[in-house]
Amino acid sequence: MCGIVGLFAKSEAIEAELGAHLAKMLIQMTERGSDSAGIAVYRNPVTDSIKLTVMAPDNAYDWHDLKNGLLEQIDSDMEMEINANHAVLILHTEPKDIYDWFFLHFPELHINSSGTTIEIYKDKGPPVNVLNRFKVSQFKGTHALGHSRMATESAVTIQHSHPFSTGQDLCLVHNGSLSNHNILREQLQKQGIVFRTDNDSEVAAGYLMQRMRQGDSMDEALERALKDLDGFYTFAIGTRDGFAVLRDPIACKPAVMAETDEWVAMASEYRAIAVLPGADNAECWEPAPAKIYSWNH
Amino acid sequence: MATHNIDLEKTSVRDINQALHELNGTEDRSEWRITNSKGRHAIAVGIDAPLSVNIEGHVGYYCAGMNKHATVTVNGNCGPGVAENMMSGMVRVTGSASQYAGATAHGGLLIIEGDASSRCGISMKGVDIVVNGSVGHMSAFMAQSGRLVICGDAGDALGDSLYEARIYVRGKVVGLGADCIEKPIEDKHRAELKQLLDKAGITDCDAAEFRRYGSARKLYNFNIDNMDAY
Repeated sequence: MCGIVGLFAKSEAIEAELGAHLAKMLIQMTERGSDSAGIAVYRNPVTDSIKLTVMAPDNAYDWHDLKNGLLEQIDSDMEMEINANHAVLILHTEPKDIYDWFFLHFPELHINSSGTTIEIYKDKGPPVNVLNRFKVSQFKGTHALGHSRMATESAVTIQHSHPFSTGQDLCLVHNGSLSNHNILREQLQKQGIVFRTDNDSEVAAGYLMQRMRQGDSMDEALERALKDLDGFYTFAIGTRDGFAVLRDPIACKPAVMAETDEWVAMASEYRAIAVLPGADNAECWEPAPAKIYSWNH
Repeated sequence: MATHNIDLEKTSVRDINQALHELNGTEDRSEWRITNSKGRHAIAVGIDAPLSVNIEGHVGYYCAGMNKHATVTVNGNCGPGVAENMMSGMVRVTGSASQYAGATAHGGLLIIEGDASSRCGISMKGVDIVVNGSVGHMSAFMAQSGRLVICGDAGDALGDSLYEARIYVRGKVVGLGADCIEKPIEDKHRAELKQLLDKAGITDCDAAEFRRYGSARKLYNFNIDNMDAY
């Protein structure tokens, strides 16, 4: 069991308090999983640059060597904002070049996300601890996803925590379990997708990444996922402009969606939506099995 | 009679359920109004008295589970498992219900004014379920007895591995499950259907518009001709 939440702002008022709303939603999902928690937030877009969220092993990590190394490597301005054991870097370079450089020089660091807008924060422990650690309630943004994990098929580590990056400005959170992830992982590894863990959800993220690298749109990749992924899932997928929701055809894993003039929300359970302003009068429905729902700004 | 007003922002679900259970086994007909449900789980579970409970708002999992004698009305939507294992009484949902509404229920009447999603009436054992909207896939899976009335459409694999429950559908059926077949609808069926619609307060559906589905009885009995398969 895990909990998923997603919030898409349709008004500036919701954007200004996006983090506070998402935090309340995710805390409601604590009983669905308190092994680890994570969020993806889309905010402060950069132009002509890339934004990376980098995760260090602990809060005491000394970021100076990374900063000096990066200044030497990319030979231009950069920004670094440290938040607990995470740092958001804004760099004037190409993602591919910098990934290889990171793996070579700073193997202890994990790149949670990469793009122009996305930031991913995650850690072990119940949602309230993780949300407080990164001061998520202070975040503004256009949309965000959150996940509370109850580990069922692989270890409880930060690397096993959701959301998983699935490409530039893309991420995935998953409630469920995949049964064919081992064979899929082998196939995707042969095609050059790198996996950091033995986690099934990371395979779903890698699968979508590979499909979209080959030219599929998000909807096309999800249509194909319905054929190739075997198991139980409710996915929420964050994109630069919005998010998408997909449930497997059996649809055992719960999901509920709601919409008002101010926001669109999805969650594993309605009680995570009930904390939003105007929820009592929201249009509310259960997403149908094997049907893609998406919202874009 | 005075109505007991319970605000779930001030009283816990455990406390309100305990207060309702104090009346179990009595003939108490008091009225209870529960506000600020906000998707909370297991509200009004395990009642065994002819109480009247009105819940204002959406509820989470297993609302009114194991109900006996009480009339529980949810003015909103329900999460999974509403009226699960109900024994008697009546549960009415004015909105829609999530998965496995009325699962394993032995008796009473469950009315869903909106839609019910997948597995509605799974393993039902005598309950009557009336859905004014449509139901999702695998509804009435292994249903043993009772009646499931669907005024809208039914999803795939309706009545899979059905025993003796009777299913009435007014709209389209995406697909029938194993051993579920359409059966002729006779006057006695229309009469019981009309009675169920009347009890549910559904006035805009004519019993003549429904089709009847039931078990072909080829799956659940031992059949000597199938010996090679064992």
